[in-house]
Amino acid sequence: MKIGVPKEIHTGERRVATTPDVVTQLKKLGFDVAVEAGAGAAANYSDEAYEAAGCEIVASRKDIWKHSDIILKVRAPDAKEREWLQSGQTLISFLWPAQNPDLLKELTDCGVTAMAMDYIPRISRAQKMDALSSMANIGGYRAVVEAAQHFGRFFTGQITAAGKVPPAKVLVIGAGVAGLAAIGAAKSMGAIVRSFDTRPEVKEQIESMDAEFLLLDFEDEDGSGEGGYAKVMSEEFIKAEMALFAEQAKDVDIIITTALIPGKPAPRLITAEMVESMKDGSVIVDLAAEQGGNCELTEPEKVVVKHGVTVIGYTDLPSRMAAQASQLYGTNLRHLLTDMTPEKDGNIVVDFDDEVVRGATVCKDGETTWPPPPPKLTAAPKKAEPEPAPVVVEKKKSAAGPVIAAAIGGLALLGLGAVAPPSFMAHFTVFVLACFVGYMVIWNVSPALHTPLMSVTNAISSIIVIGALIQISSADNMIKWIAVFTLLITSINIAGGFAVTRRMLEMFRK
Amino acid sequence: MISPGIVTVSYIAATILFILALGGLSNQETARRGNWYGISGMAIALLATVFGVVTQNYVELMAALVIGGSIGILLAKRVQMTEMPELVAILHSLVGLAAVMVGYANFMDSSVHFEGVELTIHDVETYLGILIGAVTFSGSVIAFGKLSGKIGGKPMTLPGRHLFNLGLLIAAFWFCREFVIQSAAGDGMTPLIIMTVIALVFGIHMVMAIGGADMPVVVSMLNSYSGWAASATGFMLNNDLLIVTGALVGSSGAILSYIMCRAMNRKFLSVIAGGFGTGGGTTAKVGGEDQGEVVPIDAEETAALLANAKEVMIIPGYGMAVAQAQHIVYEITSALRKKGVNVRFGIHPVAGRMPGHMNVLLAEAKVPYDIVFEMDEINEDFPDVDVSVVIGANDIVNPSALDEPDSPIAGMPVLECWKGTTSIVLKRSMATGYAGVQNPLFFKENTRMLFGDAKDTLDAVFKAL
Repeated sequence: MKIGVPKEIHTGERRVATTPDVVTQLKKLGFDVAVEAGAGAAANYSDEAYEAAGCEIVASRKDIWKHSDIILKVRAPDAKEREWLQSGQTLISFLWPAQNPDLLKELTDCGVTAMAMDYIPRISRAQKMDALSSMANIGGYRAVVEAAQHFGRFFTGQITAAGKVPPAKVLVIGAGVAGLAAIGAAKSMGAIVRSFDTRPEVKEQIESMDAEFLLLDFEDEDGSGEGGYAKVMSEEFIKAEMALFAEQAKDVDIIITTALIPGKPAPRLITAEMVESMKDGSVIVDLAAEQGGNCELTEPEKVVVKHGVTVIGYTDLPSRMAAQASQLYGTNLRHLLTDMTPEKDGNIVVDFDDEVVRGATVCKDGETTWPPPPPKLTAAPKKAEPEPAPVVVEKKKSAAGPVIAAAIGGLALLGLGAVAPPSFMAHFTVFVLACFVGYMVIWNVSPALHTPLMSVTNAISSIIVIGALIQISSADNMIKWIAVFTLLITSINIAGGFAVTRRMLEMFRK
Repeated sequence: MISPGIVTVSYIAATILFILALGGLSNQETARRGNWYGISGMAIALLATVFGVVTQNYVELMAALVIGGSIGILLAKRVQMTEMPELVAILHSLVGLAAVMVGYANFMDSSVHFEGVELTIHDVETYLGILIGAVTFSGSVIAFGKLSGKIGGKPMTLPGRHLFNLGLLIAAFWFCREFVIQSAAGDGMTPLIIMTVIALVFGIHMVMAIGGADMPVVVSMLNSYSGWAASATGFMLNNDLLIVTGALVGSSGAILSYIMCRAMNRKFLSVIAGGFGTGGGTTAKVGGEDQGEVVPIDAEETAALLANAKEVMIIPGYGMAVAQAQHIVYEITSALRKKGVNVRFGIHPVAGRMPGHMNVLLAEAKVPYDIVFEMDEINEDFPDVDVSVVIGANDIVNPSALDEPDSPIAGMPVLECWKGTTSIVLKRSMATGYAGVQNPLFFKENTRMLFGDAKDTLDAVFKAL
C-alpha cells in the first residue's frame, strides 16, 4: 500500500508526520511512501533526505491526497483537505473527535477509516505508539526552555566572585508526562523544583525525578480518573489546593502548569491575585493554554506580561521543536503501522480485536466507532487493595517433646556413666565438648563458603590417618599392608581436600 | 623418636589449629588463613605421629604418603569447578573406607588386650567405627554416581523401604550383640563382616532413595558421617585427636545439613527418608491445572532489556552449572556494569547440588563476591529490580511455594523475582524441576521465557549487547 505524507498546512505548524529515518523503517514493512515536496522543510528534513530514504517526492498536494492508501498527518485535515478524501483510504493523525464532532461526522460520511493518535489507549503495550506522551514530553521540555528565555536569571545557584546567585525555584503543577519532562529539564538546569498533582500515585515519580512533592493538607482523595488521567476534584479539595498555590506563588520564580482533565476545560488554578503576588520577572508557562489555560491571565498562543510576570501561552510547543517532535511522532506512527501489518507485506489490517487499533479508530466503513469501549486496564492500579494478612497457622510444638528427649538422653548418659570405665568417660567428655565447639564454630558460617568449608572439613576428617599410622608398625604383615593402603587413600584425601579448598578460596575475590 | 608428651602436645596444637581452620572458613576474609591453619594442623599431627608412634616400615609409609598425596593434588588441580560436588563426595568415601580399614586392622591386631567392660566398650567402638565408615563409603560412592550422572538422579523408592531400613538397623544391632559375645570368646570376624555388608547395603539404599534436589543435604550429611566415623575410630584407638577432630567435622556437617534443610523448609528426617520429587501423588493436584501461556523472548530482546535496565538480578541455578555458563554470565555482568547497570546475584541456599555450589562457580568466573547476595539479603529488593535473569533454576523461584499450601514445596523460602518488573527465565524446555512441581512463574505476565541451552543463549545475548 502507498503511504502519503502531505505538508501540514495549519498556520505555524512545523511538524511533519514522517522523517527519513522512519521512512526507511516503513519501507521494510513493505510500504511505498510518497511525501509532498517541502513537507519536512520546516522541521529541517529536506526533500533530498526523503528521496535518499526511498521516498517519492510529489509536488502536487492534491495528488498526494488522491493517490495514497494511507495518509499520515499531524493535525486533523481542514475543510479543503477533507474534500480530497475518498472512501477506502485510511487517515491517521490527531483528530480530537470529542472537540470536533463535525469533523468526525464528515470523515464518517466520506467512508474513510480514520484513526486518532490521541485515542491510542494508555496501556503498556501501546506506549510505543502514544503520540500524546511523545508530544507532552517535548512540550514539558520546551516549556522550561521558554521559561528560561523569559526569565532574566540563572536557573542554577552559583557562588561567583561577583556575588552569590540563588537557584531559581520552579513549581510544576500536574506531573503527567509533560510535567515530569519539565521537572527533569528544570532540575538538570539546576533549579529547585517542586511539584504538585492531585493523583497521589505520582508522588513517587516526582520524587524519583529528585523534585519535591508538595503535600496537600487534605484527607485522602484520589484524583486518578480513567486511563491514568486526572479527574475533577471536590470543592474542598480545590480550595485547599488553591491555598497551597497562593502560598507557593509568593515564593517561586517560575510556574509551569500542565493540569488537564480529559474532555473538560482546563482547571483554573492560578488566579490573577496569585500572579500579582509573584515576584517581578517571574515566568508562568501555561501548557493548558489551548484548553483555556490553568492561569487566569493566559492568552493562548501569546506571551503577555501582566503585573511584571511573563505569562507564556504557546499552544504549539511541540511544533517549536519540530525536528524532534516529527521524529518521535513519526516513530509512534510507525509502531502503530507495524502492529497493523502483521504480515509485513505492506498491507494494513484494521483488526478490531486489537485493543489499540479499536481504541484509535474513530470511524470505519461509513460508521462512527467513537467513543471506543473503555480500556481494560488503567495505567495505574486504582488503589492497592490492602492485602489480607496471611493467616499463619503454626503448629505449636509440644513442649513435652524436648523434655522427653532430654530425659532419655540424660538417662542414657547416666547409664553409660554407671557402667563405663573412667578412661572411656574421659574420652567421652572430650567428644561431647568437641561437638559443642564444632557447633559454635560452624553456626555462623556464611553460606557462600559452604563448599570450601565442606572440602576443608573433609580434608580434616582424614585425620583418621593417625589410626593407620599407629597400625603401620605392626609386626603382622596383613595389618601393615591394610595400614599402608589406608594411609594411601587418606593421603589422597588430605592433599586433595586442602588443595581444592585452596583453589576455591583463591577464586573468591572482591 | 619423640616422647609421648611431645606427641600429646602436638595433638593439642593440631586440635586448636583445626578449630581455627573451621572458624576461619566462616568468613570470606579469613577463609584462606583458615585453610592454612588446617594444613598446618594436619602437618603437625602427621609429623608427631610419624616420629612419635611409628617404629618401623618407614619406606612403605613414605611411599603411600607421596603417592596418595600426588594423586590428591592432581585430582584437585584437574577437577572442574562444576564437578566439585562429585569430588567432595568421592573424597568422603575415602574417609569412610579408611575408617573401615582401620577398624578391621585394629580388630585383627592381637597385641592389645582388654578385659571385661573395657573389652565390651572397645568392641562396640570398633563395631560402630566400621559401621559408620561403611555407610559413609557406600553412600558417598552412590552420591558420587548420582552427582556425576552415572546413576540416575531420580530417587529409587523400593516398596516398604522404611521397613527395609528398620530391618537393617535391627540386624545391625543384633550382630553387634553377637560380635561382642563372640569377640569375648576370641572370635567375631563373621558377624563383623556380615555387619559391614549390611552397612554397605544401608548406605547404598539410603542415598539411592534421595532425589537430586536434596543432594546438598546428602553431601553435607555424608561429610558429617565421615567425621563421626573418625570419632568412633578415635574412641577405639583411645586417641583424643581423632575424637575431637571427628566430632568437629561431624557436628559441622550436621549443622550444614540442618541449614540446608531449613532453607528448603524440610525436616531432616524426611530428607533422609527420601522419596522426594517422585512426581507421584503429591504433585498431581498442581500439575493438572491449566496454567496459561508462556511468552517467549529472543536473545536480542533480552540484551535490549538488560541494557536498558538499572537494576538487574541474576538468579543462577543448577542449569548454569550444567551448561557451564558461569563465565559468559560474568562477561555479561561486567559488560552491563560498565554501562552503569547495577547487577547483583541472588543465591538461594539450596541452588545447585552442593551447599554453596553457585558461589563457587561464580567465584571461578571471577564474579566479585560483594555483588553476590544470599536470598535473605536481597529478597526484599525485588520490587526495585528491573530485570531478573533466572538461569537454569526452577524450584527456588517457584511462587507456589508461597501461594499454594498443597504444593510439595509449600513453605520453602524462594527468591521472589516475580515482584520485579520483568523476569527472564532461561530454560531448556518447560520440564519441571527436581521437585516435579509446575512453576507458575513461567506463566506470569511479566515473565519471558528464553529457551535453549543456557550457555548458547547467553553467548547470543552477550553478542547482542
